Amino acid sequence: MNASAVMMLWGTSIGKKAVMAVTGFILVGFVIGHMLGNLKIYQGEEKFNAYAAWLREVGSPAFGHEQFLWLARLILLMATALHIVAAAQLTQMSYDARPVSYAQKKAIQATYASRTMRWGGVIITLFVVYHILHFTFGAVGFTPGQYKHLSVYRNVVIGFSVWYVAAFYIAAMVALGLHMYHGVWSMFQTLGLNTENAGRPYQALATVSSIVVVLGNISVPTAVLAGLLK
Amino acid sequence: MMKLTLRVWRQKNATAPGRFVTYEAKNVSQDMSFLEMLDVLNEELIGRGEEPIAFEHDCREGICGSCGFMIDGLAHGPKRATTVCQLHMRSFRDGDSLTIEPWRARAFPVVKDLIVDRSAFDRIIQAGGFISAPTGSAPDANAILIPKEHADLAFDGAACIGCGACVAACPNAAAMLFTAAKVSHLGLLPQGQPERDDRVRKMVTVMDGEMFGSCTNIGECEAVCPKEIRLYFIARMNHDLIKAGIKVRKMSQQAARI
Ligand code: FES
Repeated sequence: MNASAVMMLWGTSIGKKAVMAVTGFILVGFVIGHMLGNLKIYQGEEKFNAYAAWLREVGSPAFGHEQFLWLARLILLMATALHIVAAAQLTQMSYDARPVSYAQKKAIQATYASRTMRWGGVIITLFVVYHILHFTFGAVGFTPGQYKHLSVYRNVVIGFSVWYVAAFYIAAMVALGLHMYHGVWSMFQTLGLNTENAGRPYQALATVSSIVVVLGNISVPTAVLAGLLK
Repeated sequence: MMKLTLRVWRQKNATAPGRFVTYEAKNVSQDMSFLEMLDVLNEELIGRGEEPIAFEHDCREGICGSCGFMIDGLAHGPKRATTVCQLHMRSFRDGDSLTIEPWRARAFPVVKDLIVDRSAFDRIIQAGGFISAPTGSAPDANAILIPKEHADLAFDGAACIGCGACVAACPNAAAMLFTAAKVSHLGLLPQGQPERDDRVRKMVTVMDGEMFGSCTNIGECEAVCPKEIRLYFIARMNHDLIKAGIKVRKMSQQAARI
């Protein structure tokens, strides 16, 4: 696509939604990959730490140390920024579209997930900021000297042994699951792939992917709290 | 005979502030339509020298799309696939108290009481424009072959009566279901192909410009549509618009070559 096509699409509400769908697809892909990576913790300290070290060498020898990692981070950051900017603009548009609200309004078939996309998105954003400060930088949630760069297994076990940190992670994962439950299906609807016959598989995909991501991720803090990972 | 308490939105004109006024509707028969119930109440108000409640209506058989307001938070009331004129009082119980208010959307300003101005819909349709091909006299009915599924789907879209319930029920006040129905019923037929890309671009642009909100795929529109127009029509419009957007590139590339 060239600039004029992108600008034409970005200029419409539907085009902005398409941007949200495509960036959402990238982010969901990352979330699934991240969850699978998390599960490597069950292979033991050595393998999990080796996995973290390997992430820094992906693409070698074509990519140098951490080069691929930073490329991926850059793409994710741009996808997140576009996703949020589009969401903010579209939300503003919708708020403006109903200046007088109803005295009484009932929902018939809207799911809880679909009605909490905006605040869910805010919660997930705040969580991601905390999560990076926590496990990537060790800046929060650790006492001085506890966090060691690249001893990821220890960091996770120590980090999650604080019960309220673990509880926050679990709550954030539920928010992420709800966001994905409506978001993944929405992706297909927004990109126009949902047809009179094809709707069901997309809904099923949304349900399965969100449940798998939530359970996989929640298992880690739960296992730490239960004393299974130490 | 039933008795109902109605909390009705009263607003003198577009600029006056409105408020809810409570009325007792007595002697309501189960066989009355909702509008007939209001007619009886209005007779009484006129008898008392009060201003009757203004509501829009025309066909009273569920096909023109003029009627429509919120009854207890639901567009066109509690019955599915039903306009307010086709809603009967047997759907309610004696002693019920109901809140009645107009569609709420910036694009649908209140004209008076329960009447809103839906001309934004007309402007979206106008943006669809005319077909540019010279059509001559009326062709034979079956001269152009149309696959049965396409004809059926186009008809499903064409069933839209433009009542505005989709906008009213949408938490975003989006007009996607309406616009999608209009875009699709033309876009599905062979006669609608030459202008297909142009039409969807223009109609979506006008829809956005009319200050409707942005769809979040929640599906409340589909739930209240008296003509049961389905959510996948919106996906169809999204698809057409994205495709039309990509074709802008092809056109500009061709222009560059010339
Ligand atoms: S008055 Fe025509 S649809 Fe209700």
